[in-house]
Amino acid sequence: MEKKDFHVIAETGIHARPATLLVQAASKFTSDVALVYGEKSVNLKSIMGVMSLGVGQNADVTITADGADEVDAIAAITETMTKEGLAE
Amino acid sequence: MANEVSVRNLVDAMGLTVLIGKEYLDDKKITTSDISRPGLELTGYFNFYPKERIQLFGMTEHAYANGLTHENRQVVMDQLATDQTPCFVVSNDLDVPLELLEIVKERHIPILISKLTTSRLSSNMVNYLEARLSERQSIHGVLVDIYGLGVMITGDSGVGKSETALELIRRGHRLIADDRVDVFQKDEETLVGEAPAILKHLLEIRGIGIIDIMNLFGAGAVRDDTDISLIIHLENWSPDKQFDRLGNGEEFVKIFDVNLPKISVPVKTGRNLAIIIEVAAMNFRAKTMGYDATKVFEDNLNGLIQTNSKKD
Repeated sequence: MEKKDFHVIAETGIHARPATLLVQAASKFTSDVALVYGEKSVNLKSIMGVMSLGVGQNADVTITADGADEVDAIAAITETMTKEGLAE
Repeated sequence: MANEVSVRNLVDAMGLTVLIGKEYLDDKKITTSDISRPGLELTGYFNFYPKERIQLFGMTEHAYANGLTHENRQVVMDQLATDQTPCFVVSNDLDVPLELLEIVKERHIPILISKLTTSRLSSNMVNYLEARLSERQSIHGVLVDIYGLGVMITGDSGVGKSETALELIRRGHRLIADDRVDVFQKDEETLVGEAPAILKHLLEIRGIGIIDIMNLFGAGAVRDDTDISLIIHLENWSPDKQFDRLGNGEEFVKIFDVNLPKISVPVKTGRNLAIIIEVAAMNFRAKTMGYDATKVFEDNLNGLIQTNSKKD
């Protein structure tokens, strides 16, 4: 299992549009991808799940990926996070 | 305006009485939806006489013509009744000047009478002629009336458009056209779709063949034409294609000068397309009535994110 921590920097948090982009990125892989925020963990391929968290600025989240393409999945999600100025 | 309408079509559609020229109704063609009220011509001014238009006599023309001398009437009526004039129409059940009667008999131009007032009759005729004469475009798709909303279902052959339409009809909605929808622009922002006469009320289902919806499901299951409000495009599901997840993607298709909103729906085993399309139509109606669930959710979400941001 691969894991990576992020610190959310975007002022508007993970709102609807970036949530969609993250879900699109995660959905390309067969690995199970999850977003952990506080004690809650949601499937990163489920848009309603991701948005239900309402992740705000300065939040610390962890992305986990488990499966054959877990390394690529984390890399792709990291790229989306950076490109969108979401988290670092 | 490539089409033409025979005077007989006009008589049948408007319920006009034929005073003279029953035998020329099929030969006389109308090629423009503009209508002329020849008031100025009655005064003798024929410089811009639009002779290819329907000539409509109302109260004003009738009263003015009555005030002319017999000779003057003969002169102007002779000029009004040209070979290109499709017909004369008289409103308010008014009587027709004798001089006009004589000349049209000679020149084989029909005279039609209506009980309606001039402005009413004129607007009815313009609406009818515009619908009949406007340019048409044939679109591959199925047009269904869902809760009073004209929904055009498009997609590649074999994706399941007709089968979906059948399920929608079973659920109480109405078929307008299957496979080929003829579309014309009614006004600046309205497109109307109808079936070509030969395909009216018919649906083709692979494995069954051609079925007559009117015959099988009754008059409540069909409609002759409808304004098109929405396009739903069925697409075979593919892992590479991204579909709108939130319902905030704005996609449009331009037909003539009208932009129609388009929703792409992925087709995949286990998805009941009829229900999805039904719900898409309801959701679209709700949006046009001012309630956008996506927008409300986004506002709530942004509120939650702000609350969560303050904690740090």
